[in-house]
Amino acid sequence: MMVERSNTLSLERRTGVIPIQKLRELGYVPSGDRLRRGAVAIFECIEPIPCNVCVFACPFKAVEMSKITDLPKVDFSKCTGCALCVAQCPGQAIRVVDLSGEEGSASVILQYDLTKPPIKGDSVALLNEYGEEIGVGEVELTYKHKRSEAYVIKVKVPKELALTTRGIRVKGE
Amino acid sequence: MRESRRVLHHPVIDYKRGKEVTIFFDGEPIKAFEGESLAAAIYAAGINVFGTTLKYGRPRGPFCMVGKCGSCMIEVDGEVVRSCITPVREGMKVKRIKGLPKLTKSHDLRPGKVGKIETDVLVVGAGPAGMGAAEVLASEGLNVLLVDDQIRLGGQLIKQTHIFFGSEELFAGKRGFRIAEEYEKKLRKIKNIQIMLKTTALGAFKEGVMLANEEGTYLVKAKYILLSTGAFENYLLFENNDLPGVMGAGGAQTLMNLYGVLPGKEILVVGSGNVGLIITYQLLQAGARVKAIIEAAPQIGGWLVHAAKVRRYGVPIITKHTVVAAEGKERVRAAVIAEVDERWEPIKGTEKRIACDTLLLAVGLTPNTELVRQFGVETKYVPELGGLVPVRNEYLETNVPNIFVAGDVVGVEEATTAFIEGWIAAYSILIKELGPQPRLVSEREKYVRMLKEYRSSPASERVRRGWKYAEIPEGE
Repeated sequence: MMVERSNTLSLERRTGVIPIQKLRELGYVPSGDRLRRGAVAIFECIEPIPCNVCVFACPFKAVEMSKITDLPKVDFSKCTGCALCVAQCPGQAIRVVDLSGEEGSASVILQYDLTKPPIKGDSVALLNEYGEEIGVGEVELTYKHKRSEAYVIKVKVPKELALTTRGIRVKGE
Repeated sequence: MRESRRVLHHPVIDYKRGKEVTIFFDGEPIKAFEGESLAAAIYAAGINVFGTTLKYGRPRGPFCMVGKCGSCMIEVDGEVVRSCITPVREGMKVKRIKGLPKLTKSHDLRPGKVGKIETDVLVVGAGPAGMGAAEVLASEGLNVLLVDDQIRLGGQLIKQTHIFFGSEELFAGKRGFRIAEEYEKKLRKIKNIQIMLKTTALGAFKEGVMLANEEGTYLVKAKYILLSTGAFENYLLFENNDLPGVMGAGGAQTLMNLYGVLPGKEILVVGSGNVGLIITYQLLQAGARVKAIIEAAPQIGGWLVHAAKVRRYGVPIITKHTVVAAEGKERVRAAVIAEVDERWEPIKGTEKRIACDTLLLAVGLTPNTELVRQFGVETKYVPELGGLVPVRNEYLETNVPNIFVAGDVVGVEEATTAFIEGWIAAYSILIKELGPQPRLVSEREKYVRMLKEYRSSPASERVRRGWKYAEIPEGE
């Protein structure tokens, strides 16, 4: 294993929690300007495992990899936030964040297949990387992707929670 | 009244339950569905104890769910069966075994049907490696006999509900059980593939390979043999590790993903490799609660995307801990865990009790090399690959000419690499049989390169190291 020889183990290696700083270090978080201009994908793929689903899922060639074990390189100027990569990522390691809306709300698009999917109008709990509830969102759209058979859920969230929302919990589950 | 363990709604799987039937367990009627295994039906009804051991009367419950461990033995209409591989039938009378069972009619040692089969290639094991190889071999005109001891084609794929990693040509983005379904359909349409399920390859003899199933025995003469026999789950030593409720991760997957039966409600998963992480997510999907994943190493063993996924849904992963005991009389009621030191020994005084009804063991796999060794194939102990593995060359031929190996039996890895290995072995056989045609050679090289690329990830460092030890050096 790649970390066996290092003395200090990272938080993610010990606990599975991937902090936002780690995503920033890897260049996965777009600039504030790009975020404000419209929907864009944020990746959480921090380990070079053999997988390039996002590359073939993207119709805009916004994700690049020279070999299958590379980390994805995302070109935020090409990404339209269409969420086709979100729908197919086997690691559920991509979400789309849209901070372009007026006033206090934003939206987050996530892959979901944990329970019966929530539908438009449902209120869901928003989860951070620890699985802690950090707020409440409202489902705007739900659809099923044909190849992956996963649901893609668009949730309206308070603007300040757009970057920290990593998952949702359906009420009553 | 016991609580039903049926999964009523699953986000991904549509359980195709058969006609409802009634079976009788110690006289009590139990609802079951045609097509499911007896063990699944009994377990679904909330029954924990399937029998007791002869000497100490210790309770026994299902563990492996694929006919390998014998922990679910039960008496049906006067006959002793492994309930996990016995399909339910209307009106079955089922009893716990008390004392020694009586010899019955089907134990009569008549040989049944005796058959002879001649084929080009015998493939033993119809998981990803065996299925992949069979398709390639048949597409080039060879006759293939594909044998598996389970009731369905696909090996472990049939229980995998998660989306596959990898590249597009290797089914990535699809769910594992869908890949198995598609392959099964494809293989069943190919005329020169003969499929024999519920059939065991007993061993090699001078005259050929002996197979056995319920109908009889068969002597197979094949020019080439591909052994893709997979791997079996490891066990862990701790107090009361035989209590019902202690189950293998694979057994739990069979219960919930094939039969729609929850292994338990409150679960502790032992082991944070990909199997432990994936099964945790699958348990959440089926509606169970996973209290924690514990891991003896100081770090998570599996891929971080899998770990982050379960962590995000609130499952803690506790490293540097092991399980030292299970508590309970007829079923697990709690697990005692403890911190381990650098030598992985539990540290006294650090014990903690975690209330749970199920302990799932996901502590690695060991290549299933019994048949490989019986064929005279040389093996080597390579811990990086899971234990004893067959020595082979880059093209997956062993030291015994015309005997090839592929999949988890050559080293525990994953379904995608098993498929690639199956294809490499198939092209190696084709090159031997049809000569080194450039097209065949270049196809094989393509897959050899693909496999190398897959293993170039730091996450595959151990596997890469292991392969160096297991390969026959070139020119020998």
